[in-house]
Amino acid sequence: MATVVQAVRMALHVGEAKLGVTDIFGEDVGPPLGGVFTASQGLKTAWNSPLDERGIVGAAIGLALAGQRPVAEIQFCDYAYNTIDLLKIAGNTYWASAGDWNVPMTLMTPVGAGIHGSIYHSHSFDAQATRIPGWKIVMPSNPRDAYGLLLSAMSEPNPVMVLLPKALMRARAETPDEMIPGEPEDARELRQRIDAPIGDRSGWEPDWPDTALERIPFGKATILREGNDVSVVTYGRLARVAMKAADQLRESEGISCEVVDLRSLHPYDWDAILASVRKTGRVLFLNEDTEITNFGEHLVRRTCDALFGELRIAPRLHAGAHLPGVGLADALEDASVPTLESTLAAMREAARAPEVGRSKRDVPVVVKKKPAFDFTLDPRELGTPIVTREVFGRSLRYRG
Amino acid sequence: MRDMSTHTSPSGPPPRGIAEPPRLPREQMLRVHELMLEGRVLEERLIRMQRQGEGYFWIGGPGEEAFNTVLGLLVKKGRGVDYDYLHLHYRSSATLLAMGAPSIDALRQMHNTATDPYSRGRNFVGHFSKREWNVTPVSSPIEVQYAIAIGTGLAQRRHGGDGLTIVQGGDAGTAEGDFASSLVWASRPGSELPMLIIVTNNQWGISTAASTQHGEKLIADRGKAFGMRTATCDGNDVEASWQALSEAMAYVRQTRKPFVLEAFVSRLYGHSSSSGSNYVSEEIDCLVELEKVLERRGWRSAGECKAMREDIEARMQGWYKQVLSEPHPKPEDAFDFVFADRNIVGES
Repeated sequence: MATVVQAVRMALHVGEAKLGVTDIFGEDVGPPLGGVFTASQGLKTAWNSPLDERGIVGAAIGLALAGQRPVAEIQFCDYAYNTIDLLKIAGNTYWASAGDWNVPMTLMTPVGAGIHGSIYHSHSFDAQATRIPGWKIVMPSNPRDAYGLLLSAMSEPNPVMVLLPKALMRARAETPDEMIPGEPEDARELRQRIDAPIGDRSGWEPDWPDTALERIPFGKATILREGNDVSVVTYGRLARVAMKAADQLRESEGISCEVVDLRSLHPYDWDAILASVRKTGRVLFLNEDTEITNFGEHLVRRTCDALFGELRIAPRLHAGAHLPGVGLADALEDASVPTLESTLAAMREAARAPEVGRSKRDVPVVVKKKPAFDFTLDPRELGTPIVTREVFGRSLRYRG
Repeated sequence: MRDMSTHTSPSGPPPRGIAEPPRLPREQMLRVHELMLEGRVLEERLIRMQRQGEGYFWIGGPGEEAFNTVLGLLVKKGRGVDYDYLHLHYRSSATLLAMGAPSIDALRQMHNTATDPYSRGRNFVGHFSKREWNVTPVSSPIEVQYAIAIGTGLAQRRHGGDGLTIVQGGDAGTAEGDFASSLVWASRPGSELPMLIIVTNNQWGISTAASTQHGEKLIADRGKAFGMRTATCDGNDVEASWQALSEAMAYVRQTRKPFVLEAFVSRLYGHSSSSGSNYVSEEIDCLVELEKVLERRGWRSAGECKAMREDIEARMQGWYKQVLSEPHPKPEDAFDFVFADRNIVGES
């Protein structure tokens, strides 16, 4: 039973063995390390690049233009920001050349918080990525999806960004559906076959299991939990969090949540969102990128456009705070991105909020208990008082 | 406004070549002249089109015709890794013409018609794309081609053969990190790339003189730190350009190692239509210089050159009129070519 990172590695092996992948490269991607998360151990076409993200993306574009099939890695998405205009070129080359050149490249990058990665190993990239037209963008939440989406990426004639939630790299399948067709069930056996040994690995070769060439198509969501009270539309690491929250709410409070894992952010499965929200009349969009110009905000807008008259409450977004970084300390990280506790609260409130037209106000239920985290610093240190104001029914605190 | 008093190279006047370059045969020189003349007439027509409102913006390469025409004639033209890849910039019209591209296609791009074969009315003039000849899409950022060229160089290193990757940009763009990227990646020990890295140095970045921003005496010298062969040449001189490009290309084809070539050129109509696009008489005009040589050698007289120009201008006028009658893209065309449904570049 594979972890997500083993699933990525097995997919890359299938890519170079069966899909014509010519180059898997980036910083520390080749031997001896095989990737800082071990995603590229034992691969024949893996090689180390200079520490130069613009060079990596540029080289991948050029390799693709020359008819190769590259898979490039940016070690952490936090370091992809200086590549934005090259990402834009990868996305616009087919359009700008009016169909003369396509760019069949895959770009993998670990994203998101959850491993105490502090300011430069915790950022999300889905809001940035979905603002670059011409790319297909996926974000798996389990080993099966990571494997199948990556196979699709390596078969695409267009640039594909595979955003890998770094906190899930060691996560395993939670259900038989999340297992990779053909992989050994025994995790220890798989580890012995495909994980590089500690120490000298110069003579080591992996013994790849014969996993099936079964792709997961882009633009197809999956329903992780079925429910009737509220739809939670999410992806990546928070899909797992939403599943746990849905189970807890069902067991302890009788709230029935439907969890939709988009898997693909572009193209995305609008039909699945429509069907779920039509059923429940309530929707919470959930992701961990910063909340201003967040991809979930686009989905809120489109939901309003399409379903305004059918909604029982205003669509909601639970996302990362609009802060310059994700802090290292537990309390800071928890204050920056959605947690299980904050997700439980957001889902509960979305399920229980008074329906539009049946209440004086369509506002969240005010949570009486002390919030799990405090967005403010100690006022004594700053010498400024904290002012509390009611804004749209929410109690906001700021320094006055 | 340009201040010509600051127009000096960082190390004084551009090198003019240590020795007189070998003479080219008469027919070759006459062919180069004809192409340069068409390139100049084309650029002048494009400038007029912009001024007449028949195009939104002009940018191009008058002043680079000598070097760029020679480059186009020396390219191993074709599609795929066996042939030369060209990662050019928006001053490369003479290279395209020398490779065989018709002038009317540049007029089409200027007038953003649906018949523009390079971008179907989507991009500025001079933003060429021709997969049939390995001309990768030119984009407006002045540095990105240096990073992208690494990839075709990698593919050609693996493939072998004698095809090479040619990347070209101006002096101002070398301040960007992508130029450094191309130097680093092309010279990885044991993994050197068959890349000809060209800088056409006109000593200007829009209104900013290179001498006020660049402390290096020669941009080509940056290649030396990476163990690369380097050279400079007088890009206003056809025979000097021919010699420099021939030698550099032969070196890269045979050794499969990179080469940095810096060519000193002129910028005869300023940066673009945004800076007026008026003729700058203080700079060396490579076409005038060539015509002097041809007359001196008795190969083409001033009168013959004038008659040739009038003939090309008449033909250009006909192409221009034709382009004005061609359709523009329709609104719905904007939604074409967002995603490919097949791997075109992977097809043999």
